[in-house]
Amino acid sequence: MIASRRSVWMMVLATMALLLMMAVWAAPLLWALITALKPELQAAAQPIVWLPNPVTLENFAAVLTSGNLPRWYANSVVTSLIITAATLILSAMAAYAFSQLTFPGRNALFWFSLAGFMLPFEALLVPLYKLMNNLHAINTLAGIILPQLVSPIAIFVFRQFFDQIPKEFREAAVMDGATELRIMWSVFVPLSANIIWALAIVTFIGAWNNFLWPFIVVNSTEQMTIPVGLTQVQSAYGLRYAQTMAVAILGGLPVILAYLLFQRRVTEGFLSASGLKG
Amino acid sequence: MTALQRPAQRHGPRRASTVWGPVFFLLLPFLAVYLLFFVWPALQTLWLSFTTSGLTETGPWTGLSNFRTLIGDASFWSALGHTVFFAVLTVIPLTAIGMLMAILTRSGGRLRRVAQAVFFIPYVLPVSVATLIWQWVLNPNLGVVNAATGSQIAWFSDPTLAMPAVAAVTVWWTIGFNMLLFLAGLQNIPQETYEAAALDGAQGGQVFRYITWPALWPTTALVLTLQLVGSFKIFSQVYLLTGGGPFDSTRVVLEYMYDTAFTNTDAGYASAIAVAFFVVILLLTLLQNTLLNRGRA
Repeated sequence: MIASRRSVWMMVLATMALLLMMAVWAAPLLWALITALKPELQAAAQPIVWLPNPVTLENFAAVLTSGNLPRWYANSVVTSLIITAATLILSAMAAYAFSQLTFPGRNALFWFSLAGFMLPFEALLVPLYKLMNNLHAINTLAGIILPQLVSPIAIFVFRQFFDQIPKEFREAAVMDGATELRIMWSVFVPLSANIIWALAIVTFIGAWNNFLWPFIVVNSTEQMTIPVGLTQVQSAYGLRYAQTMAVAILGGLPVILAYLLFQRRVTEGFLSASGLKG
Repeated sequence: MTALQRPAQRHGPRRASTVWGPVFFLLLPFLAVYLLFFVWPALQTLWLSFTTSGLTETGPWTGLSNFRTLIGDASFWSALGHTVFFAVLTVIPLTAIGMLMAILTRSGGRLRRVAQAVFFIPYVLPVSVATLIWQWVLNPNLGVVNAATGSQIAWFSDPTLAMPAVAAVTVWWTIGFNMLLFLAGLQNIPQETYEAAALDGAQGGQVFRYITWPALWPTTALVLTLQLVGSFKIFSQVYLLTGGGPFDSTRVVLEYMYDTAFTNTDAGYASAIAVAFFVVILLLTLLQNTLLNRGRA
């Protein structure tokens, strides 16, 4: 009896702690949303106006119709989609070779491919910038995309997954005279649909959010992606806080929606990428 | 995708010896990108660190001179100090609070899914969205935090508060990932273990001390390692929130490297900083792995 009363107290305490933490974590986002829904004068009013009165969408309309936001969206969509598709195709092809084909030096080459794990991308910024400069890719979408196509993690995860597929699948298809590419495409890829989706969403979110590289390689406002473009808004919108928050909300919206729509896949993808789950 | 759908050429019957065609075809695209945009730049960083190069032109070989300068460079050591300070402020909270979040979320009943989303959503936001929001929330004159507490603190321009403020933003922004790892770790503890403990009369603190904590240790070790390296790589949020100021009090190693390379266009010296930074991270990882493995044994 004493024990159970104690555990009820524990439950109440735990729930209250959880609610408190949820409030702390949700508050900044909610405040940004509340600010974005206010008329500009109310956003900066003193003393503080806690709730928008009236609720207005004029800030969202304003930032979507004037300024570069639509352009940055387009750049982010194009670069993130290309990076996601190309990364997955390159990694799946390489992982298939590492998993299903036998050739001398296979393991050495596999570990060499994974060595990219070890090196912080930040250490490559200077030579990559010089390389892009030589390729005349500064301030281009290609310049944003190219260095983001290498994903040792995707190769690792794909290979682990392909290794679990029984050898007979490939052998039967080889007997039928199918090429390796066709076997990969019509046998291995459909069997890996779940992990491909998970990796695709995680790669997309990563590409969408990448700040450092696009920030280095692009300085013309026209070619910026969302995360880089958002650094311009304070100078662009000045002291218009409601509009700035509308931009911030719109900048985060695609990834928030992607997460809410595909919550389980995102979770799965991030866990596979951390190596905790195959 | 179109390349994959194109009907590929047929091969003859398989022999025991290596068929190189498909191997090359499947590996070359990845290897080409990997060599050009990863391996080559890595080697070049090393090479540039022995030269006095600019951002676009490559200068003469100067041997170890960059590294000699680096050892006596007070700016580098203070940047390293700020990075260590940031790591001290973030590694333990991001691990401990992440674990607490996961434990509370898991026992949260109907709140579980909402809680997981609330804690994880900041992690999927671009860094500039997170910093814009916090610049507004912590705005000295109009921010909601100062209004609610009746203070006038200039969070990001006070030399003693700037780094803790950046650390707090970082905890809010990135903790969702650690929580996710801990949730996965918790999932691996069999429910029967808890039931058995309850039958034996174990209570909250004891359950954590004797079951949850040891069972979670591999996850904790992983999170600590990832987090330490992650915290050392801090750049974007500090750059966007404080620009390294006030009075360089938040200038971290990567920002020093960035300034050297892209503001002073001294690519040679920046590469030396990058090499030193890589060595520091490597040593930290090795040291931590040794310590954590010993702690486990």
